[in-house]
Formats: sequence, structure tokens, C-alpha cells
Amino acid sequence: MRQWVEKLATERAWLVIAALIIAALAAAAGGGNLYFRGDYKVFFEEGYGPLNDFEEMQKIFNKSDSIAVLVVPESGEVIDETILTLIQEYTEEAWQTPFSSRVDSLTNYQNTWAEYDDMIVEDMVLYPEELTEDDLNRIRETALAEPSLNGRIISPDTDVSLINITLQLPDVTDNTANVASVMDFVRDLSAQFAERYPDVAFYHTGIIPMNYSFATEGQKDMSTLVPAMLLLIIVLLAVLLRSVLAMLATVVVLVLTIMATMGLAGWMGFFLSTGTINVPIVVLTIAVADCVHVVATMQYGMKQGKSRKEAVRYSLELNWMPIFITSATTAVGFLTLMMSESPVFADFGFLCAMGVMLAYVMSVTLFPALLSVLPVGAGGRVDDKAPAMAHFGDFVIRHQTPLLWGGVAVVAVLSALAMRNEINDVATEYFAESTAYRQSVEKQADTLSGSQSIDWAMYTDEAGGISNPEFIAVMRDFTEWLEQQPEIDHVSGLSDTFMRLNKNMHADDPDWYRIPDDRELAAQYLLLYEMSLPYGLDLNNQVNVDKSAVRMTSILKNLGSVEIISLENRAKDWMDANAPGIRLTAASPSVMFSHIGETNMKSMILSMMMALVIISGILIFALRSLRLGVISLFPNITPALVGFGFWTFISGEINLGLSIVSSMTLGIIVDDTVHFLSKYKRARLEGMTTEAAVRYSFINVGRALLITTLVLVLGFSMLAFSAFRLNSDMGIATSLIILIALIIDFLILPPMLLWLDKDKPEANAEEQTSLKGEHA
Amino acid sequence: MKLITTLVTGLALVAPFAIADDGGRGLEIAKERKARDTGWGDSQAEMTMILRNSQGETSERKMRLKNFEIQDDGDKGLTIFDEPKDVSGTAFLSFSHNTKPDDQWLYLPALKRVKRISSRNKSGPFMGSEFAYEDMGSFEPEKYEFTYLRDEPCAQDMTCHVVESDPVDKFSGYTRQISWIDTEHMRAVKTEYYDRKNTLLKTLELSEWKLYKDKFWRAHKLDMQNHQNGKSTTIITHSIEFDTGLSESDFSQASLKRAR
Repeated sequence: MRQWVEKLATERAWLVIAALIIAALAAAAGGGNLYFRGDYKVFFEEGYGPLNDFEEMQKIFNKSDSIAVLVVPESGEVIDETILTLIQEYTEEAWQTPFSSRVDSLTNYQNTWAEYDDMIVEDMVLYPEELTEDDLNRIRETALAEPSLNGRIISPDTDVSLINITLQLPDVTDNTANVASVMDFVRDLSAQFAERYPDVAFYHTGIIPMNYSFATEGQKDMSTLVPAMLLLIIVLLAVLLRSVLAMLATVVVLVLTIMATMGLAGWMGFFLSTGTINVPIVVLTIAVADCVHVVATMQYGMKQGKSRKEAVRYSLELNWMPIFITSATTAVGFLTLMMSESPVFADFGFLCAMGVMLAYVMSVTLFPALLSVLPVGAGGRVDDKAPAMAHFGDFVIRHQTPLLWGGVAVVAVLSALAMRNEINDVATEYFAESTAYRQSVEKQADTLSGSQSIDWAMYTDEAGGISNPEFIAVMRDFTEWLEQQPEIDHVSGLSDTFMRLNKNMHADDPDWYRIPDDRELAAQYLLLYEMSLPYGLDLNNQVNVDKSAVRMTSILKNLGSVEIISLENRAKDWMDANAPGIRLTAASPSVMFSHIGETNMKSMILSMMMALVIISGILIFALRSLRLGVISLFPNITPALVGFGFWTFISGEINLGLSIVSSMTLGIIVDDTVHFLSKYKRARLEGMTTEAAVRYSFINVGRALLITTLVLVLGFSMLAFSAFRLNSDMGIATSLIILIALIIDFLILPPMLLWLDKDKPEANAEEQTSLKGEHA
Repeated sequence: MKLITTLVTGLALVAPFAIADDGGRGLEIAKERKARDTGWGDSQAEMTMILRNSQGETSERKMRLKNFEIQDDGDKGLTIFDEPKDVSGTAFLSFSHNTKPDDQWLYLPALKRVKRISSRNKSGPFMGSEFAYEDMGSFEPEKYEFTYLRDEPCAQDMTCHVVESDPVDKFSGYTRQISWIDTEHMRAVKTEYYDRKNTLLKTLELSEWKLYKDKFWRAHKLDMQNHQNGKSTTIITHSIEFDTGLSESDFSQASLKRAR
């Protein structure tokens, strides 16, 4: 196989080049099928429990996706003629929002009061331009006394107000374009109002802007980070290879690999999302390492006086096995991500694995073919076996004991620290502070409330059961209990409405602000109220069709999954203890993100175990040595532990993006071990002492490892520039772990070998063709 | 209440006064439609309303309706709810008007009081269903501006006039309605409702037509599908009787309390 490919690539280079370019382009044509889904639901598998709860609730009641417009007047007072006029006009215009089904604001709040024997149900503000001082005072008083307004629609010190637009997006898999049309409409509306009212600022929060940010930030990454990465690689390669043609050949291979990977993804029906958008960067980074090995060895061969074609063959011969092994282990690491509970990460894992294997194929076929036909130079200095590496090796050998025990101690301490990280997803902080979405969320948090929510549905399982005074009392007590919880910024429910109606029906006597005495009365109040509500402001979003269940919305502070899950559990406990007959469910995008982080972490720990077993198996097989395989466990496992130990200083929170890092990096860092140990093994087989073999490894592979690590660390660091935190955190943590892996391989692995693989010369010198190291 | 009128007759937009650029054809159709349904006197009917959400849950409401035709103004109607039990005995009285807002009252037996309902809010849902008040109230041509669109085949091999009607009242929940009126009997067999942002909101289909007094057609099944939230409501008329001896005095606030 190898000889055949070697021959083909060098003797029939043009044929190979033509065939592979055509194949790559054919694959790339599938890219036309790719589309971008900027929908937060891509993170959840069809049938995922919390997603089901959410969708069930959306079907029983109306959908609750919304966009909130925060109105912030410079004057610091919303209860005045100008701002009320603005809010009323905005409310009116907001009904034109695509897919909108209701608009709630301070002005269209359905105020109820008693007038003689009648109950009046009317917009809180009908004619803002005619308001007297008394009217303004009455509005302020009413708004602040109304639980559904105070803290939700208006701040307690009346300096900001919120207009909430609820949408019924169609039941299709991809709402990206619809979300964009909603966002465009509302932003345009705000811009118009900002022009007419220059002293007022507008901010947009809620699920729709979050969704929109998923889409835009993801696409921004694709259009900025990928080109930046390519540029970085071009510069790096030019510097490292000192040959423009070799650099060009590499870039051709990289670009074709990416195109083919993404094209195949398109043919296979994958879509792009904030999760899979990184595939090009990851594949690019890893593919470049393969090419560097091939071209560096070739240049080395040429410097040794080999002809170009001989040098290409020589490089293929030496690199064939190591590149295959390192690609396979990397691919295995990515493939185990397919166990992720979150489908985008499974997709990410699969696509990266595919890209890595494509890169392997390209780097041993197309790449050598290109190198055979291009007049590639031999590069710079003749001797690339930097004496620095030899000195470094000597240093390590000299200080083996302190390095070993000191290193192990540091590793142990940092690994212990790693346990102090907390699994936590703060969905509002998924976006960098530079994004408009995050700024709006912060503004709302400063002035009014958090922008996350939980919807609570309470099922009585009895038609009309929500009018039962006992149930209303449960609702009231539950509302009060929720209000006292530290996570909650605002909550209001139908029990408040019942009590208010009771008061209205008794000539607004405050003593009657209590639960109606009997069920018929409550049901009939509700009927009267429902019949009095105008278009779009009905109770169908709170009450189901047979009036057996209610939904109430609570606004949360901008918290992480730990607090949200804790609140959810305490609420369910409360209900079990206080009203065992009532079924309570909690749902919202925040709840979904809270659970996915935790479920995903569990599946990722499993996937890491699996990756470890498979990869160690491959290593033992490749090195043909159980002992080296076992020793390799240390430098393979500890980098992630140490990396997460450092993470406690950087952030201390493990979010959805980080949960995949361990499995992913395992496949990558194992490459260092493979290269180092295979050199070591080879030296041992040639009869060298442990010490000499370690030195040999440093000299032969040290610089190559430094270079590839540099490329990988820089490549993954690019992700740190993503405004999407799941990606930036992943990039930072991955670079960190790859860097730590090299340090461990250089400083702790050699002393370990010196200690555990002492000079008992290998009993039986196995055939040594299995693994041949490359020189760089 | 004018449910019947509305349901049955209604929804077909009859005659307004604004002349659209269809040469008055839409208005003409509406007037003809109204004329064919004039002179029915009074009626009593029993109905069931079935509500469904997109999760597949259903809920039933049962009610009786009494209607009284008023010449030269909107009709009067009285709806008595029998189920759900919690609201049994609740009665809804409405006077439709040609040019001024309708009057509406609700009698609450648990409170033994009659309460007036603001007619500004006529666009809200009726009993939590997908029908709004304004879909059910007596239909008066003055409330719309009509535009004739075209003739085309419609349900059951009929040919229909397709007419757009735009509500005059600014408190309407609709920008426009499009109705299919069969050319033979001038019955509205289907209506589409467009919401305030001019997006299709609901479709009403009327079927199981029966002829009464040799002249008046009544649909016994009304299906309202909401396209935006996936919910739907069906109203089934079990029986209608005409000339039941009702008088205008049976439709007053005082009569509400007596309604059984």
C-alpha cells in the first residue's frame, strides 16, 4: 500500500493531483446544500426531556417566544406625557411585528376597576396627550400596585419600562430567517422612535435577540476567524518552512481539505450552527500539523543530498505510520463526541473526525504529489536538529529526580484544583460584553430585572379546576413562595387576577382583595373578565382550553444552571409538600440550557473514558509495548486535569462548550506522546540506554513537537476571539491543555521513562519497521 | 344573542356605504346577502362549542341561543351557558347596532348581578375559543367596506363570489376579511380573517346547511381554525326553531336574570 502510494504520488504526480483535485471539488460541491441554523434549539436533541416539557407547554398554552423592548428615558421618569405617548405609539406599531400575537406594555395593560355596579376593563392609558397631574399619579399608583406590572413592565422607581412582544413562530425546523425578520423589524422600529425621541434609549432582550445573536455571531466567526486563521497559517508556514512553494502547496492542501470536509457535510445533510461553525478552524489546525511533518522531513532529506522525488519518498516512508496513528487517535477523540447529548457537538465531533481523516489522506497523496512537481526548496539552515534540543534533553536528564517529583506534585495539586470547577451554564453570558445582546441584557439587569425566565405550569387534571378556591390559594402561596426565592426577580400569576377581580366586583373595596369564596363565583368572574379583554390580550397564554391548568411566568436574575436547577427542584419539592395533587412542570430555554450542560457532562465523561481506552489500545499496538502504553497514560490524562486546574483561576465554570474539551484534546495531545515514545522505542531497539534514548528523542522530535504545538495552540487560540463564549472558552481551554501536554511530555515523561523503564535492554528486539519517527 | 344571525348569516359581509373601485359590486353582493336573510323573525337554538389546542386537548361548552330580528338595526341576542358547570346559568345579552357600538351585558348567577361589558373589547375571544365576539355578533353591512374580488368555484361544486370586507371600527382585531359567498343562495361558506399586521389569522368554514321556512339557510357546523397558534374551535348547532313566540321584552337586562 505505502509503496504503491509513494510510487504513484511521485511518478504519476500530475495524475494524482488531477484526480484528487477533481474528487475534492466534487465533494466540495455539496457545500451548496449547507445552510446555517441560528436557532438555540440546535443544542437539543429531538425528544430531550426538558425540550419536550417546553414544547408541551407551548402547545397547551400559546408559544411564549418573545422580544422585550426596554425603554430608557434620559429623564429617569417614564410616567410622563411624552414617554407614555411614546410607549402607546410603540405598542400600537409593535402589533405589526412579523409573527407577533400579543404586545404587553404599560399603556395597554388591561386595568380593571369598579364604576357604579359595573366592572370596567380598559387600557391603562388611552389618551396620553390629555393626562393631568392627577391622572399621572393614578397611573403610577396603579402600576406599582399591580403585581404583573411592577418589576416586570415598569421598574419600582419608574425610570424604565418594558414592552414585551410575544411571537408565534411557525413550527418549522429552521426559523433563522423568521427570527431575522422579527429582529430587523423591531430594531428598525426602535431606530425610528430613537430618532423621534432622541432622549430615549431602546434595548432588546429576550429569546428572539438571543437566537438572533446565535446566528449573527456564528456567521461573524465564520467570516472573520477562518480567514484570519488562514492568514496566520500562511505566515507561520512561510517562517517555519522558509519556502514559498512549500507554503503554497500546504495552503492548497488545507483549502481543499476544508472544502471537501464541508462539502461532504453538505452532501450528508448536515447544517451549520454556532456549534459546527468551528469545524473548518479545527480541521485546518490539525491538517497543518500533518503537512508540516511531511514537508519538514522532505526538506531534511533534500539537505541530506537526496533528489526532490527521493526526498518525498523518504518523507512518506518515515511519516506514513506516525501520521496515520496520530490522525486515527485524533479522529477517535472527536468521534467519541458523538456520544454527546447535544446534537451539535455530536455533529461537530463527526465532522472534525471526517476532516482529520481527509487531511490524512490528502497529506500522504496530494501533498507529496504537489511536492514532487513543484520546485520546492530545501528550506533554511542545513542543520535543523537544533543543539538547543540536545542541551534541553541533557538538562532534563540531569534534573530528572526533582523534575519528576516536583512535576508530579504540581500535577497533583492542579488536578485536585480541577475538582473545584463548577458545571455551570450562564446562558446570558454566552455572548461577549462587546455584543449588543449582552449589553442589552446588562442594561435590563441594572434597571429592571434579569432577562431569563421560567414558565411554571400547574395542572389540576380537572376541567375548570383552576377556579377552585383551594387551587387559587395554592397558586397564591406558590407565587408568594417564588417571590421570596433569591433567584427570582419577578413573578405574577392568575391568583392575583382573581383577587383583583373580587375587589373590583365589590366596589374596589380593598378588603375584598382576596380569593373568591366559592368556585362558581371565581369561574364567573373569570368568564366576565375574559369576555372583556380585547384582541391579543386574552388569557389563553395563561389558561388551557378546559381551564384545568395555568401557566405563570417568573423572571429570573441572570443566573447559571446551578441556581436554576436548584430553584426548579425546590419548587417541585414545595409543590409536593404543599399541594401533592397538583402536577408542576417548569420549562423555558434557560431551563433547557441548564440541564443540557449537566447531562452533556455526564455523557462526555463516558466519552472520555471510551476515548482513553481506545486511544491507549492504539498506542500499545503502535508502540508494541504494554509498558510504554501504560506509562503513556500519565502524559495523556494529566494535561486535561492540569488544564482544568488552571481553569479554576481563569473562570472556574465548566459550560457546555468546555464539556467536550477533554475528549477532544485527548486525541490531539496523544500525538506528542506517540512521536516522543516512538523515537524512544526505536532508540531502545537499537540498543541505546534509557538516557541515550531520551536524548535521541529530544534531538529528533523535540523541535517538530514544539512547532506543531505552536501551530495548534495558535490555531485554537483564534477561537478565543469568538464573541460566542462556548466557542471562545473551548478555544482557550484547548490551547491551554495542548500547551500543558507538551510541557508534561518534555519535563515529566522523560524522567518517568528513566525511572520506570530503567536500563533493562529490550529482551527481544521486535521488528522495528512498525514505527519510524520523522525528523523535522 | 345574534350568534345565530352572525354565525349563520353573518360573516358574510353585506353592505357598506363606501364604494370601492369594484363599481359597487361588493356592496351589491353584501346587500343581496342581507336581503335574503331578512324577515326570519326570531329563533332558538342549542349548540355545542368544542375547543382544541395543538396538543390535542379538547374542551366543550354547551349553550342555548335566542335571537330576535330588529328591522333597521342590529339584532338582539341572548346566550345562556349550560356547561361547563361552573358557569351554568350565566347569560350573555347583546344588542347589535348598525352605526354605534354594540351593547353587551353578562349575568353572573353566583353574584346575582348583571354586568355591562365594554364593547371596545369586542375583538377578544368568546369563551376562550377561537371565535371573537365580532365574528359572532349580528352582521350589519354598515360595519364594513366591501370590495368584490372575483368569482370562483368553491366547496361542493358551488360557485362563489369572493368579497373582501374591511371593518370600519378601529377596535376591530382585523384589517380585512375575505368571504366566499355562494352565488345561488348567497350564503357565506368560508371566511378568512387577517390580523392587524395583515397576516392570515383564522379561517372559518361553514357546512351542514339546512333550509328553514323555505327561505333561510343555516349552517349547523362552523369550524374555525387559527393558523398562528394551531388551536381550533367547532360550533355544532343541534337544533334551531323559528317563530318560537319570543318578544323584544325577552331581551332586556331584567330578562337576563330570569333566563334559564
